Amino acid sequence: MTGIVSYGSYLPANRIKREAIFNGMGWLHQATYMNGDKYVANFDEDSVTMAVASSMNCLEDNDREDIEALCFATTSSPFIERCAAGIIGTALDLSSQINTFDLTGSTRAGTSALLSAINSVNSGTIHSALVCASDMRLGKPGSSQELQFSDGAASLLIGDKGVIAQWDGFYGVSYDFPDHWRTENDKTDRAWEDRFGREEGYRKFIYEAISGLLSKYHLNPKNIAKVAFPGIYPRDHALLIKALGFEPEQLQDHLMASMGNTGTAYPLMLLISTLEESNPGDRIIVAGFGNGSDALLFTVTEEIKKIKGQRKGLKRHFSSKRDLDRYEKYLSFRGLISPEGGIRAEAIPFTAISLTWRDRREILGLCGTRCKVCSTPQYPAQKVCVNPDCQAIDNMEPYRFSDKKGKIFSFTADLLSFTPNPPAIYAVIDFDGGGRFWFDLTDCDLDSIKIGTEVEMTFRRRYRDERGGIIGYFWKAVPGLR
Amino acid sequence: MSTGIKDKVAIIGMGCTKFGEHWDKGSEDLTVEAFIEAITDAGIEKADIQAAWFSSCYEEINVGKSALPLSRTLKLPFIPVTRVENLCASGSEALRGAVYGVASGAYDIALALGAEKLKDTGYGGLPEFSTILGTKNRVIFPSLSAPGSFAMMANRYFSKYNLSMEEGKRALAKISVNSHKNGAKNPRAHLRKAITEEDVLRAPIIASPLGLYDCCGVSDGAAAAIVCRADMANNFRKDPVFVKALQIGVSSGEELGYTTWDGTYVETTTRTASRAYEEAGIKTPREELSMIEVHDCFSITELVTYEDLRISERGKAKNDIEEGFFSRAGKIPSQPDGGLKCFGHPIGASGLRMMYEIYKQLQGKAGERQIKNPALGLTHNLGGLPQMNVVSIAIAGI
Repeated sequence: MTGIVSYGSYLPANRIKREAIFNGMGWLHQATYMNGDKYVANFDEDSVTMAVASSMNCLEDNDREDIEALCFATTSSPFIERCAAGIIGTALDLSSQINTFDLTGSTRAGTSALLSAINSVNSGTIHSALVCASDMRLGKPGSSQELQFSDGAASLLIGDKGVIAQWDGFYGVSYDFPDHWRTENDKTDRAWEDRFGREEGYRKFIYEAISGLLSKYHLNPKNIAKVAFPGIYPRDHALLIKALGFEPEQLQDHLMASMGNTGTAYPLMLLISTLEESNPGDRIIVAGFGNGSDALLFTVTEEIKKIKGQRKGLKRHFSSKRDLDRYEKYLSFRGLISPEGGIRAEAIPFTAISLTWRDRREILGLCGTRCKVCSTPQYPAQKVCVNPDCQAIDNMEPYRFSDKKGKIFSFTADLLSFTPNPPAIYAVIDFDGGGRFWFDLTDCDLDSIKIGTEVEMTFRRRYRDERGGIIGYFWKAVPGLR
Repeated sequence: MSTGIKDKVAIIGMGCTKFGEHWDKGSEDLTVEAFIEAITDAGIEKADIQAAWFSSCYEEINVGKSALPLSRTLKLPFIPVTRVENLCASGSEALRGAVYGVASGAYDIALALGAEKLKDTGYGGLPEFSTILGTKNRVIFPSLSAPGSFAMMANRYFSKYNLSMEEGKRALAKISVNSHKNGAKNPRAHLRKAITEEDVLRAPIIASPLGLYDCCGVSDGAAAAIVCRADMANNFRKDPVFVKALQIGVSSGEELGYTTWDGTYVETTTRTASRAYEEAGIKTPREELSMIEVHDCFSITELVTYEDLRISERGKAKNDIEEGFFSRAGKIPSQPDGGLKCFGHPIGASGLRMMYEIYKQLQGKAGERQIKNPALGLTHNLGGLPQMNVVSIAIAGI
């Protein structure tokens, strides 16, 4: 049996009310008004860091050593050349004896990546693959895309054991349909007329994929518990369901108002929210959209009961909220405006790539060492044991801190050192199980932390060197267990 | 059997520029000024100097690497010159080099000179921190600043001794008020305005809980010392000052890597002070020391240093401060020249500046700031952060 073994999701802590965006730029195109919230990646996040976050969530309680492939779907990789899945795999401390690849070019890449992983496992070539999809797409200020696009990530662990949702089939269509696009020079989305994308693309391709899937496997809508697909045109979403012969209650909420269009991650997030509410025996269809449409069929198994109640779905994200009250902050985080950072902000030292390669497990993977003699965990990796009563030399084993929780030993909120989002809050963290080091804190305010506050680790951009094209990925601590 | 440094070397001349924002002076100007004062004070010629030690921390700002900035500026005639750097304790390292050079018997007369030109960065505070942490640390360290790292110690201290934010900040404010009171009387100090506790409490936050007046000045400046064999000191002057102890200690990494340190004291100061007292033959520092110049880069540093030096009991420095124990009229006047807080902090010069004040006080030449009959003074020069640091302690007497 091939199917989904585990899932994980991630939405950034920050949300912005679409009204706040409209208040800033609505004067330009009044017709763009949209209700609800949009999730906004923090200044230190991107599609790669969010994919690590959803994958950390997905892999809780799962053996990382068994994973043989990692596929990353995105249309917003920070790199045109450098395998982002490789960064994610290193951050997750996966084995290097795996196949990694990025799937990109269309928001449909999320479901295509899922199909690709399923095919690899189903063929027997490998037994376990991690799929992650993440996007942080930009619309021009004042555009309807700016209001619709949202940032987030989803991860699915595909395997042939412990399957919670068995894969049963696929049908898809592919068209070179240019409803929107970005060239290598575009930072923001370009789109043809909205009506064109909606009527010529969205309504037709999703219909073709889902009806094609039903007829290919000799099913009718009554055999299906839930059907989930992106609601980028909410009114047409309902029309499509009717045209396909489904009842409204068979439709999974498209989350457009509460979440928005998270690109490649969107259909996988809908699949996860469907799984969160499903029961054994439920048949589920999920479809992705973008230059065509992919439709996949799953049947939920008894194993779903084991994963329910874990903090892996989307619900926990919807219940935690930090309002980004200022639209200008969003523009600043995305580099759409260039605020004054002072000369200190420009004093960015040189990054030695050879060093970050040599110490990749320590930097990207947050692996320190544990002394084989006295069992003291220590970060960064040490040659000589830091325990004054031990001091053993070269007797260490790797020790991963990224999945350990910790407590704030001491902290400060610093207005002198440079950060794109002052104050810089940082803390000395004592890890549960041993080990102490200091880290930036993120997604928090000074008021929300004190000595003893619980934290967990999150993969982020530590710094950005524009001149050298360097993104300094590292780990930060987030207070409170979200 | 080692015998320590006590009474083997004498300081016979010192110089110190005004510290401050010298927009019109470079490190060469400052170096020459401190040097001329020192050799004039010692009554020697440049040619009498047999070896020199030069300290500077941020050599990339104006000064330059190696010992060449000193030898080329002063046109030292091809003598041995060593450049030392040990963060903010660099100035004490230069003095240590010169004193040990003379004590070894290799030289009769040596020069220690420190210079720093911090105001060529374009922004307030110390130069961008990550440049001095090494290429790996800057990738994995948080967005640290010096005030931030000491602020973390303040938060730990407040928590351990159950001080509310208000109580803690007020205890720290008294420290800065004392330094400003002293600095106001010192013509060479960077900051010369007396302030009130309310001024401190109202000041903008730099790194919580530390505000602007909890932080020392960032300055340009230079300071120098001429040292010679103790047995020849009286040939130069009738009031030489003798080195009683010169210790340095460096963190092992335990503070930030192991979990036993509680963050309310500086381990290195505690250990280094013990060695220094032993070297100088001091049993009860609270009774025996006449004055101290401690590394008050931040008010909290001064507070914990009183305890780390075993002058105040743990958790009780606050009471001593309130009772005026460390004021100029108190039992052990601290920071009579204004300290780092007001005299300023050109890093490579600071350790020597502290000794300059001890030296002048011991000779009775501190003018308006003169303490009554001092016999034994201590300098405490801290480099780095509470979590990893270098501490130098020097004790000098007549």
